Amino acid sequence: MFKRSEQDKRPPVQIFVDGVAVAAREGDTVSAALLASSCDARRSTAVSGAPRLPYCMMGVCFDCLVTIDGVGNRQGCLVPVAEGMQIEIQKGKREIGK
Amino acid sequence: MSGEYDVAVVGGGLLGSAIAWGLGRLGKKVAVLDEGDITKRASRANFALVWVQSKGLGMPAYTVWTVQASHAWGRLASELKQQTGLDVSLQQNGGFHLTLGDDEFGQRTELVKRMHNQTGAADYKMEMLSASDVKKSLPLIGPEVSGGSYCPLDGHVNSLRTFRAFHTGFKAFGIDYFPEQPVSAISKSGGEFRLTSPKGELRAAKIVLAAGNANQTLAPMVGLSAPMGPTRGQIVVTERTMPFLPHPLTTIRQTDEGTVMIGDSKEDELDDRTLKHSISAVMTDRAQRMFPHLARLNVVRSWAGIRVMPRDGFPIYDQSETHPGAFVACCHSGVTLASNHAFEIARMVAQGALEPELVGAFSASRFGTAGAANTSGY
Repeated sequence: MFKRSEQDKRPPVQIFVDGVAVAAREGDTVSAALLASSCDARRSTAVSGAPRLPYCMMGVCFDCLVTIDGVGNRQGCLVPVAEGMQIEIQKGKREIGK
Repeated sequence: MSGEYDVAVVGGGLLGSAIAWGLGRLGKKVAVLDEGDITKRASRANFALVWVQSKGLGMPAYTVWTVQASHAWGRLASELKQQTGLDVSLQQNGGFHLTLGDDEFGQRTELVKRMHNQTGAADYKMEMLSASDVKKSLPLIGPEVSGGSYCPLDGHVNSLRTFRAFHTGFKAFGIDYFPEQPVSAISKSGGEFRLTSPKGELRAAKIVLAAGNANQTLAPMVGLSAPMGPTRGQIVVTERTMPFLPHPLTTIRQTDEGTVMIGDSKEDELDDRTLKHSISAVMTDRAQRMFPHLARLNVVRSWAGIRVMPRDGFPIYDQSETHPGAFVACCHSGVTLASNHAFEIARMVAQGALEPELVGAFSASRFGTAGAANTSGY
C-alpha cells in the first residue's frame, strides 16, 4: 500500500504476518510495517465486521487492533516491531484465550 | 406545557417508561415527566439480568410475580421489535450462580432448600449442580469453582436498548415525553391531578409515581408511602471478546456485542460519581477465579450506580385511598419486571384499580405492621 523511501537505511527486522515472513525496519511500529508490506492488513471490526486499516497512527482511534505474539486487541501503532514477532490480522472480536 | 392527559407518569426510567409504553399501547393519552441526563438513573447503570432464582425469600408472591415476568418477557421483546425495529437481544436459556470453595457451596445449597420449602419446587426450578455438571454447560470454569445453582427461567437482555426501544415506542404511541421537568408538587382538584415542575403545570386524570428512590418524597403528596433504602453497586466492563459464556451468571454476563460485564457490589454509600477500586478488585478477582481466561482481557469501563430499592427489597405497587387515581410503583428489578409493568401494571392503571390477587402483597401497608418481611428481595 505504501512505498518505503529509498533514503531509509535502517536495518531490517523480520516479522511474520499470519505465518508469512515480512521484512520490516528497525523502529517501525507494527502498523507501519503492515502498511508498508504487501499484506492485506485489513482487520474486521468486533460487532459489524466492517473492514478497517490503521488510521490515526498515534494511539487514539483503535482501528489498528491486531494480535501480537498471541495477545489480541493490541494497538499495532503503539508497538515497535521485534525480530521474529508473530502478527495475526484480527478478524472480529478478540478470542478470550488470546 | 399544558393540556390534559389520561395519565401522567412521573419518572422516565425503565420502570416509568414500561408503564407509560403499556398505557400508550392501550390507547391512553400519556405524559411522562422526567429528570435530565445527569440524574441518578439505574436504567443506565444496571446489570441487565432477567432473573428469577433466589428472588422472593420471605415473600412468595414476589417469586410468583417474577416468574410471570420471566414468561412474559418474550412477548415484550417481540412487540418492541415489531414496533421499533430494535432487537433487545433477549436470551432466556437459564442462568447460573457459581460458588467458590466448599463454604459458599454449602450456603447456596441452604438457600436453595429454603426457597423450595417456601414456594414448592414444582414452580421454582432452581437446583444445585456440582462443579462437573456446571462444567458441561460452562466449559471454561476454573478449578476453584465448587459448583453452583441453576435456574432454567433465568436470562438477560440488552437493557440499554430496551430503554431506547420504550422511548422510541413513545413516539409511535403519541406519548409526550418531557425531560428536565422534576415534579416538585402534586395536588388534586376538580377531579384531576395538577403536577408542578419548573416549566409549569400539567393536568392528568390519573398519575403513576415511578420516580425510583424519589418516590419516597413524592408518594406522601397523594396519600401514599414508599419507604426506600437505596444501595450503591459497581460494575466493571471488559473489551469485546468472542462468545465464551453461553449462560448469564448473577455476577458475570457476556453481552450480545461481546463485552463482559462483571458485577455487582452492594454498598451503603450513595455517591455515584466515584469508584472504589478496592471493591472493583474483589469483583474482578472473583470473576477471574470463576473464569481464569478473563484475566487476559482489558477493562474498558467501570461505573457506580444507585439501586432503586424499597426498604425491604420487594416491589411496592399501591393506589391511594385519599387521592383516587394516584398510583405508586417502585422496585429494584426494573429490567426483570419490565414485562409485568408494560402489560399488567399498565392494564390495571388504565382500569383504575390494582388487582389484589395479583399485586395485593406489594402494598406499602406492609411496612406499617410489626414483623414485616425483613429479608432480601433480590
